[in-house]
Amino acid sequence: MTDTSMTPPAPGIRTFDYGSDEAQARVKRRYQTEARFKLYGLLAVLFAGAFVFILLADIVRKGMPAFFEHRVVLTLDLDASLIDPTGRREIDALRNGDYNKIVMDAWRANFPEVTQRAERRRLEALVSSGAADDLRAAVIRDPALIGQKIRFPILLSDDADLHFKGLSSRISSAPGTGALDVKINGREVELSGSGQPFAAILADVKAGLMQDAERIGAELARLPASQQGGNNAALDARRIELAQRVAELRRRAGDVGSAETIDFSSMPSRIVRAEGASIRLQEIGASSAKGFLLVAPQREISRIDSWTVATFATPESNRKASDADIAWLETLNGRGAIEKAFSTRFFTSGDSREPELAGIRGALIGSALTLLVTLMVCLPLGVGAAVYLEEFAPKNRFTDILEVNINNLAAVPSIVFGLLGLAMFLNFFGLPRSAPLVGGLVLALLVLPTIIIASRAALKAVPPSIKEAALGVGASHQQAIFHHVLPLAMPGIMTGTIIGMAHALGETAPLLMIGMVAFIVDIPQAITDPGTVLPVQIYLWSDLPEVAFQAKTAGAILVLLGFLFVMNGAAILLRRRFERRW
Amino acid sequence: MSFASPMIQEQANMPEPAAAAAKVAARNVNVYYGEKHALKDVSVDIPVRAVTSFIGPSGCGKSTFLRCINRMNDTIPICRVTGDITIDGKDIYDSRLDVVLLRARVGMVFQKPNPFPKSIYENVAYGPRLHGMARSKTELDEIVVNSLKRASLFEEVKDRLQESGTGLSGGQQQRLCIARAIAVSPEVILMDEPCSALDPIATAKIEELIDELRSNFTIVIVTHSMQQAARVSQRTAFFHLGSLVEEGSTEQIFTNPKDKRTQDYITGRFG
Ligand SMILES: Nc1ncnc2c1ncn2[C@@H]1O[C@H](COP(=O)(O)OP(=O)(O)OP(=O)(O)O)[C@@H](O)[C@H]1O
Ligand SMILES: [Mg+2]
Repeated sequence: MTDTSMTPPAPGIRTFDYGSDEAQARVKRRYQTEARFKLYGLLAVLFAGAFVFILLADIVRKGMPAFFEHRVVLTLDLDASLIDPTGRREIDALRNGDYNKIVMDAWRANFPEVTQRAERRRLEALVSSGAADDLRAAVIRDPALIGQKIRFPILLSDDADLHFKGLSSRISSAPGTGALDVKINGREVELSGSGQPFAAILADVKAGLMQDAERIGAELARLPASQQGGNNAALDARRIELAQRVAELRRRAGDVGSAETIDFSSMPSRIVRAEGASIRLQEIGASSAKGFLLVAPQREISRIDSWTVATFATPESNRKASDADIAWLETLNGRGAIEKAFSTRFFTSGDSREPELAGIRGALIGSALTLLVTLMVCLPLGVGAAVYLEEFAPKNRFTDILEVNINNLAAVPSIVFGLLGLAMFLNFFGLPRSAPLVGGLVLALLVLPTIIIASRAALKAVPPSIKEAALGVGASHQQAIFHHVLPLAMPGIMTGTIIGMAHALGETAPLLMIGMVAFIVDIPQAITDPGTVLPVQIYLWSDLPEVAFQAKTAGAILVLLGFLFVMNGAAILLRRRFERRW
Repeated sequence: MSFASPMIQEQANMPEPAAAAAKVAARNVNVYYGEKHALKDVSVDIPVRAVTSFIGPSGCGKSTFLRCINRMNDTIPICRVTGDITIDGKDIYDSRLDVVLLRARVGMVFQKPNPFPKSIYENVAYGPRLHGMARSKTELDEIVVNSLKRASLFEEVKDRLQESGTGLSGGQQQRLCIARAIAVSPEVILMDEPCSALDPIATAKIEELIDELRSNFTIVIVTHSMQQAARVSQRTAFFHLGSLVEEGSTEQIFTNPKDKRTQDYITGRFG
């Protein structure tokens, strides 16, 4: 109590020189520690940020193709006799029309030279099986089209689509040198010219052979050495075979000027393009070459002055799109018939075995229905439980145990809830499998603890003075809570609920247990219809071998991330907006 | 310091005849917070239509006693009250008595202004609406305006009744809380250090207001300011360590205290 600040220090009270060198050094060290700590923090943040960025960038890069599709715009002859033979425009008749024939006729008309059966099949396979359905839908929407000729976009198959997305093979194109004489005999073509027009191509082919020789030589060197007394017959045979192949390739590569026959299973394909024609080279000499006419020229040709040669780096047998496929597609592209468009289909159609037709609508609706069930169950139950526990329940051992258990439930692995749902909702109550109803109930179990905990925290955060004020003017306990405390806790409760819902939206494991993992084409209409949800759809697609589904997987992940982003954003916004109003 | 013998304490606890009829009468009130004996054998009469102030050092049980009068202590689970408190001769701890109606009849103003985070209008209208005191919107408007006027806040807020009550200044908020309390037409108003968060000017306003309200209500005020107690109250009760040491007319307590402890406290020698 006595004032000591001005008086000299009493004996026994130490003085300390804060200006001494030692003290200065200590200050300096403190600054250094702080700076170092800040640096560590910054590095950690940057590191994490870089990871997130790389992850996102990778998903976006992989997922973007899923949002676009390629179509070929054709003139279709909507022949009334094929669509509506009776002419009565009845919806059933319109539905049963032979739209596939209309589409295929128009499609094949682009390449009249394709007559052979197998080749025709290949050509037809480039158009999606869904194209006819598109046309059917368009005609049913507007029956007045019947009898007209219309320009209509035809959806390409996934392989064709992938080709235009640059995922089939690396294609390089180079101008050819010199004029060529062309001799066409059926589909066989002979090309020749003075001044060795194919010398460069031939050299390129030989260089490729040399590379192959080196690759196989390396493989040979990697073979384990033969052991004494062991059974090395197979190994030795392989060694001999490889050595022979290397020698053969070396010989061919070294024999400059000799003609080469292309082996399409291991060598890049080379396509000569001129006058709208595409010719695949089969035998290449320096001054002449033999080839196969993949696409016929627009007019009769016997001599071409300017031409290009395209090289498909990946050997034909290693890719889905054949040389012919690529030649057809590139020809149409050259004619300007191919269009790239935003794929609304990705959002409007359900799952499909055909990658180009598969969409996330079913999964989206499934997720929405599931979350709806979850919300309907969770919000009243969770908030009710929270209000009871926080405001009404007596504080005794039983409620203590309850509280501990609720907190523990929040940490239970989600798959356990799936097992519980399987045992309880499916086996005991006999609810339908794969249904959003059951999925929603299971997810409700999962997020209930989260919501209860968040709601209790929100209720606790409301200052008690508000409740006292209400009690003070004669409100009952319940009135005070429902009129004042609960409304004030609502933003916090909503935040917790949204975060819980976002958690539920991304949940996969428990839904696998209750059969929401089935392949379901139909879009669920009710909570008892079989359905799937977005993350499970992603899981399903990621498992499929088709390359196109990989883009769909990434695309669906982007959509899911988008939703999660929006939900968490909403939660943050709510928190910011309503934070501490008292 | 010397402590009075139990005999004397007994005497001091005996209420002397109050100036007017007693509105609230407490007899042998004991309060326990769990094991802690917070209020010991308090007996006091609180006269009608007058201001009674409770003074005493921090932690001596003023708030505890105040909260017994409208049974706000019921909300604290560990709190236990024994003894009798009557209002107009009726036991308020009677099990047949409705505690919610009691709190409507015994309003409370808290130390820290605690308006609802709602509009000024809603703050005042909440109580009357809850008890069905107004049959129509105009009647409710009238109650709100009257209450605000009596709390001498109306002139300052009449153009912004729909704005949030939390947007007012501290003094205005406290007057809003007083308006809210008087809007339900209580008979008794309990004020627990209503001016502790306010500057002298706002304090003066509230004191003026308390003086005006005296003609209609029975007011109990807890305060740490001797001057305030002297200014606004007619009767004063001094608490110490959970006991009521002395109670009497304010003039007597401040000029001629019977107990040594009272004298020490009001002259600032301890506390
Ligand atoms: N909720 C509670 N739980 C436990 N003990 C309490 C509680 N409220 C008050 N007490 C105790 O009861 C005693 C009296 O408290 P009270 O609040 O009545 O004091 P006060 O006279 O109002 O003090 P102040 O002037 O500081 O407000 C104190 O010792 C306090 O620790
Ligand atoms: Mg107090």
